[in-house]
Amino acid sequence: MLAYLIRRLFAAVVMLAVIIMVVFGIFFLVPKWAGVDIAASFVGKQADPAAVEAVRQKLGLGDPIFVQVWEFFKGIFAGRTYAAGGDVTHCAAPCFGYSFRSEQAIWPVLTDRFPVTLGLALGAAVLWLLFGVAAGVLSALKRGSMWDRGAMVIALAGVSLPIYFTGLLSLAIFSYGLGWINAEYVPIEESFTGWLGGMILPWVTLAFLYAAMYARITRATMLEILGEDYIRTARAKGMREQVVIRKHAMRSTMTPILTMLGMDLGALIGGAILTETTFSLPGLGQAVLNAIKNQDLPIILGVTLITSVAVLIANLVVDVLYAVIDPRVRLA
Amino acid sequence: MTELNKTGAAVGEPTSDAKAPTAFLEVRDLKVHFPTDDGLVKSVDGLSFQLEKGKTLGIVGESGSGKSVTSLGIMGLHTAGQYGKRKARLSGEIWLDGTELLSADPDHVRKLRGRQMAMIFQDPLSALHPYYTIGQQIVEAYRIHNDVSKKVARRRAVEMLDRVGIPQPDKRVDSYPHEFSGGMRQRAMIAMSLVNNPELLIADEPTTALDVTVQAQILDLIRDLQKEFGSAVIIITHDLGVVAELADDLLVMYGGRCVERGPAEQVFYEPRHPYTWGLLGSMPRLDREQQERLIPVKGSPPSLINVPSGCAFNPRCPYADVPKDNLTRTVRPELTEAGSRHWAACHMSREQRERIWIEEIAPKL
Repeated sequence: MLAYLIRRLFAAVVMLAVIIMVVFGIFFLVPKWAGVDIAASFVGKQADPAAVEAVRQKLGLGDPIFVQVWEFFKGIFAGRTYAAGGDVTHCAAPCFGYSFRSEQAIWPVLTDRFPVTLGLALGAAVLWLLFGVAAGVLSALKRGSMWDRGAMVIALAGVSLPIYFTGLLSLAIFSYGLGWINAEYVPIEESFTGWLGGMILPWVTLAFLYAAMYARITRATMLEILGEDYIRTARAKGMREQVVIRKHAMRSTMTPILTMLGMDLGALIGGAILTETTFSLPGLGQAVLNAIKNQDLPIILGVTLITSVAVLIANLVVDVLYAVIDPRVRLA
Repeated sequence: MTELNKTGAAVGEPTSDAKAPTAFLEVRDLKVHFPTDDGLVKSVDGLSFQLEKGKTLGIVGESGSGKSVTSLGIMGLHTAGQYGKRKARLSGEIWLDGTELLSADPDHVRKLRGRQMAMIFQDPLSALHPYYTIGQQIVEAYRIHNDVSKKVARRRAVEMLDRVGIPQPDKRVDSYPHEFSGGMRQRAMIAMSLVNNPELLIADEPTTALDVTVQAQILDLIRDLQKEFGSAVIIITHDLGVVAELADDLLVMYGGRCVERGPAEQVFYEPRHPYTWGLLGSMPRLDREQQERLIPVKGSPPSLINVPSGCAFNPRCPYADVPKDNLTRTVRPELTEAGSRHWAACHMSREQRERIWIEEIAPKL
């Protein structure tokens, strides 16, 4: 088990290094090769050539590629100093550089926005796991019944309807129409109930989509597991059906659900762009969307890295849980 | 003829006292039908037999003849945990030690499962839960029926593993099924099914998934354990060699029905049904120096949805034209006496079959 863990951890670290290099390459080297001058895009249109040159020097854009990558790496772990002539700026670790537009340091922007997205993803995950898995199990156990058909029709709707449709619909009904919910985002530090109120619609909207997918997967997996020989063995022992389901069938059903959960959570933490935009949540998704519109490379870079780390961590956790659930994995 | 599940009767109360059986296990006119999109699959269609404690019954037949369906029916596993609307339809009577199982309360039957009757499955790798240790699974089987602590149950599990010949049982008890070899897994499976000293043990192709070298060991083990515990044993197999030495009685199934039944010796040395001849002819034998090619039973098993009218075996039977009046294609043959406690279902007369066996079949085997 320990060897398995160390192996996984090592693989994750290597993966992270590769990701940083690739991401850096995509954002800083490809534009250069494509003939786009990053320094000019920093300064803006109709820029004074001297100013562009100063920026180029300050950001080190004229340095060899490897020096640039190294500086970027170093910035993340040890901080970095930008200097051009007498103009010296020190950026403390972890330094992802400064926004081209607002000239804010990137890291505080990320740490500000990360909790919003994390709260959205985790809250929605709790909801979709509860309802999606429960609906899937019930559908499997009552296969062919009205419940099963009803649940699967709703699941089909959930999978098919885009977030901006269900999200806007829920806003129109519950917030503007009925006035039950004040759908404005309130940071959790300010007011917990205000935060809950602001998050409830995004959670439900996002969870609806995922619950639908999880219900379908759970149902299919459960049906398959119920046909397994070891389920028959459990019954042959004289076990109560309820225990057969709970102890024997559920445990096997968890495996694919867990895999999906790891990937989905990782992806969502990188920013649920549609949900955040629909509900005006100041999360990573919204930040990256704005950054793309403004060609604000450092923010895109920072969010992409955060997303990658989130996916890596989620996968690592899933791998470990996998080994806990399935003893055969420990050998692999 | 009664159809469908008989439920609602009081626990264990015989439907008719006059018919209460004397045998430990008595199956009467058992039918197991499955509704499907293509029609009603008559997997078992009128099967009867008796079995006493301490005796072994071998049920032989090819795939799809209804052997496994019969055993699952006795265990009540067709109706346990059935979800959805398409339920298996069972009718007939299954008497186990004075209790009729098909009309009994399902929860009562559940309590008998694993305690009074237990089952060994064909493939121990898929029949054991991959996520739980061997020990956990045996402990679980014991504690369902015995109100004891986990510690006591674990001691019992180690004792059972030792009894079935697993080395270092106190260590192996914590292994997972995938850490066992095939033979060891089947031993563990046997240990699990015997943990509550069941009076009826059903082994459904217990050696099919195993190495030939291990098969004999497992069969020996089952025989020894039967002597020790005095249980009634049903061995289901498609391999006549498996039951040759083990079984007291043999029952040959074809197309969901019994075509020949009798003491093992008689069915082996004086078989009275063309299908049994086919099975014997297709069995490789090591006790002959020279053997001509194996004689296969030509054709394939009958569809259980559109069972051929008349004798289910007639399309494959080399002697289908022997009986007069096209009988084999129009009338379903019933079991008739072919010796003492020996029955076969064939339209040919007893004398005709005796002559064919002696003159045509036996010399070739």
